[in-house]
Amino acid sequence: MGKIDNQIFPDERGRFGEFGGRFVAETLMPPILSLEKAYAEAKVDPAFQAELADFMEHYVGRPSPLYFAERLTEEAGGAKIYFKRDELNHTGAHKINNCMGQLLLAKRMGKKRIIAETGAGQHGVATATVAARLGMECIVYMGAVDIVRQKPNVFRMRLLGAEVRAVHSGTATLKDAMNEALRDWVTNVADTFYCIGTVAGPHPYPAMVRDFQAVIGHEAKEQIMEREDRLPDAVVACIGGGSNAMGLFHAFVPDESVRLIGVEAAGKGVKSGLHAASLTGGKPGILHGNRTYLLQDEEGQIADAHSISAGLDYPGIGPEHAYLHDIGRAEYVSATDDEALEWFQRCAKLEGILPALEPSHAIPRTVELAQELGEDGLIIMNMCGRGDKDVFTIADALGEDIAAGTEG
Amino acid sequence: MTTRLQNTFAKPRPAFVAYIMGGDPDLAASQTVMNALPGAGVDIIELGFPFTDPMADGPTIEEAGIRARKAGSSLRAVLGMAKAFRKTNTSTPIILMGYTNPVYHMGYATFVEAAVQAGIDGMILVDLPPEEDGELRALMDAQGLSLIRLATPTTDAERLPKVVSGSSGFVYYVSMTGVTGSALSSGGSVTEQVARVKEASGLPVVVGFGVKTPERAAEIASVADGVVVGSAIVETLHENGADAALSLVKTLADATHGTAD
Repeated sequence: MGKIDNQIFPDERGRFGEFGGRFVAETLMPPILSLEKAYAEAKVDPAFQAELADFMEHYVGRPSPLYFAERLTEEAGGAKIYFKRDELNHTGAHKINNCMGQLLLAKRMGKKRIIAETGAGQHGVATATVAARLGMECIVYMGAVDIVRQKPNVFRMRLLGAEVRAVHSGTATLKDAMNEALRDWVTNVADTFYCIGTVAGPHPYPAMVRDFQAVIGHEAKEQIMEREDRLPDAVVACIGGGSNAMGLFHAFVPDESVRLIGVEAAGKGVKSGLHAASLTGGKPGILHGNRTYLLQDEEGQIADAHSISAGLDYPGIGPEHAYLHDIGRAEYVSATDDEALEWFQRCAKLEGILPALEPSHAIPRTVELAQELGEDGLIIMNMCGRGDKDVFTIADALGEDIAAGTEG
Repeated sequence: MTTRLQNTFAKPRPAFVAYIMGGDPDLAASQTVMNALPGAGVDIIELGFPFTDPMADGPTIEEAGIRARKAGSSLRAVLGMAKAFRKTNTSTPIILMGYTNPVYHMGYATFVEAAVQAGIDGMILVDLPPEEDGELRALMDAQGLSLIRLATPTTDAERLPKVVSGSSGFVYYVSMTGVTGSALSSGGSVTEQVARVKEASGLPVVVGFGVKTPERAAEIASVADGVVVGSAIVETLHENGADAALSLVKTLADATHGTAD
């Protein structure tokens, strides 16, 4: 495989190889084309980039630290493990990088009504946060199942002035929230900006969201060069739709010596059928505006995803990951619910960091990789979100009732 | 374009297009309704096939799709319904309607072969815009089947020629921005829009989305080449059964044809 030039993807049709594209209703084609144009202009406008950079530094809190996870490294007994601390961003996850970019673009386009879909609630909270800051109306679609398992984030969004609309159709999770957001957009197309939370959807979203998240990898590369004076052997991130992984990977794609490793959610195990590992267990198909790997049955009906982590509970994956997978540039592995739960707890006790359930999936594979690489190795794992939002889910999985004992 | 579609639009009256979800409430009952549609005045049957994630549909069609899938319906099963229909009717065009993934998953070439076998005349895929439909369109064109494009209120003057240039059979004008089964749109703008699409395409224009009543159907029929009703029929079939649905179809067809009392 030759060196990959990051600048050539996607092509003018929004394709990463055979993946990506613009598979949307005709009603949405004109707004998608105008978004593409507006983004292309903003991308090269120094004023837009300066405004974004200012918010990123003073509001989001970037750059996020690159932290040497010393005790986890000792526990693994191999390569040095660094965490890229994107859980320290304002709102507690990497999601705000993208929201900041998209909503400044919405402002530039004169759109005042923002809609978003959310799974774990992190993208919803980040969108609600930035919408509040920029004085915009915000409506967040969220699956009814996710509303139950992510109560703190639902309340947080309401406190931020957003309206959270429960979606009961289908599996009542992230993919259904996305269906409902698309229905809203198709209905209110004139004044509405759809802020998609991951590197999926119709072109230009996969590329645009990647660009806004790419700050993660650019910072990490600079920081590791400063700390270790060399590139890492591997960068590792969990994957649902794949925005934190794409954000970390992007800067390293041309560096052939750096392994790119994505960790999908294996739920109760890929063989059980109850998982969310689209690349490991899916086939190419068309959903939510793009061609990519999807969990589906033999009739092309979308299969239900399963993961203890609401943020990974999605039957598809961003088209650029599908492409990096097929050309062999990135490796995709998986971790189960039980592994994520175990490493959530171990990380908390070893590092004093409560990771979100999403990056908790990346930890066991990072530890194994550290052992495989040995002491000379160097790994960066994206700690893309903090676990405060997950304490109820985790207590439930561990059979503890943390609501008991409170008054009322 | 198939001879069946040509003959339909050669008639001096507007066409009444009825949508049903194939397999709702089950395959046998849906077949019975489908077979009875031409007798109730339907000129073109729009036969839906279910998909788990119908992003452009309102709750009525989405729930019909859920019922149909529970009853074992799928693209394959709906092609089977068309084939069975053709045993007794060789003149009423059948247009499949749905989302791209089931067709893509079957394989475009395999699908087109099956569609020819089943006596299909055309197809509308809601999430396959002109930018993405080249491969399937070429395969369908080669067999004389129409891949019908949609024009919408957001399709502006710059884009309209691109949208209609590749359409075949007819152009489906979506009369509002929204999902299927939403509230009515205003009459005036539809008249202008239909004229705009007809002029740009030189093809028959049928209008759908938001048409629920005979009055509205008659109004649309006065300016368009055809009127599509979907959600109202699907809802009546679900709530009041086949006889009520066919009676509604007859009323709507008569209103469209201008033969109402």
